[in-house]
Amino acid sequence: MIAAVVTFPGSNREGDVAKALRQAGAQVHHIWHGDSELPKGTDLVVLPGGFSYGDYLRCGAIAGRAHIMDAVRAHAACGGLVLGICNGFQILVESGLLPGVLMRNAGLKFICRTQNLRVERNDTAFTSAYAAGQVINVCIAHGEGNYECDDETLARLEGEGRVAFRYCDAAGVVGGKANPNGSTHDIAGIYSDKFNVLGMMPHPENLIEDLTGGIDGRGLFESLVAL
Amino acid sequence: MKARISVTLKNGILDPQGKAIEGALRSLDVPGVTSVRQGKVFDIELAETDKARAEAALKLACEKLLANLVVENYRIELLA
Repeated sequence: MIAAVVTFPGSNREGDVAKALRQAGAQVHHIWHGDSELPKGTDLVVLPGGFSYGDYLRCGAIAGRAHIMDAVRAHAACGGLVLGICNGFQILVESGLLPGVLMRNAGLKFICRTQNLRVERNDTAFTSAYAAGQVINVCIAHGEGNYECDDETLARLEGEGRVAFRYCDAAGVVGGKANPNGSTHDIAGIYSDKFNVLGMMPHPENLIEDLTGGIDGRGLFESLVAL
Repeated sequence: MKARISVTLKNGILDPQGKAIEGALRSLDVPGVTSVRQGKVFDIELAETDKARAEAALKLACEKLLANLVVENYRIELLA
């Protein structure tokens, strides 16, 4: 598994996600937003978390139009894997690789804490190391994670089983207080129509060592490397 | 040529910032405020002198970057 982690001005989680990928056994290349090509043989592109361009204009808006995104779009169009975490998810929706938009959290506060997620399916490249319906405990750290889309898009996402993760409580029950940011249908992450692009607000790369809170995030990277 | 572009949230899109501002205005006893929606304004200067070409360039700017058409509308005003 060859992974390319893209750093934009203001990205700050590229080191952590590279560590998680290497721990799972991936070979990791760091690339810059101004590059025009991905390294040869890239299987997976990762857009890490952070505050690209200081969240100016809209979160992910300027990064979504960066030079390297043309190469990322071409990679995705050929079935290549793309993972966007937090700001990376915002970049994916802004670049048109995933539908919808991430709005300001309904409670208006930046939320930084652990959060339970329900893994909706485990037959994808990103989640095979989990069980379908498994509840995992990972971190969230965002001010704009409130996923919204039009009714038609929502019906398509649900109908095609493209919701990857939902916010839930420890028992896996969604809704109410288990939803931290007002996200429609408790959506924490979605797939593209071919399931090769995943955008998610939570940070699985934070939870890869017992020393720092748990290892529930490892499964995502292990799934990718097991391909 | 100078232009002003206003970007606003589409109707029906929840605007938590606007709601918070609305609440703050009420708490400041500003009378008669029934709704607040927050938007953005861009003042742009163009080298172009032809009105139609300037409008076309500004439309491109809105659709390529300034507005997220999933949730936002834009309005272009050419100023003197």
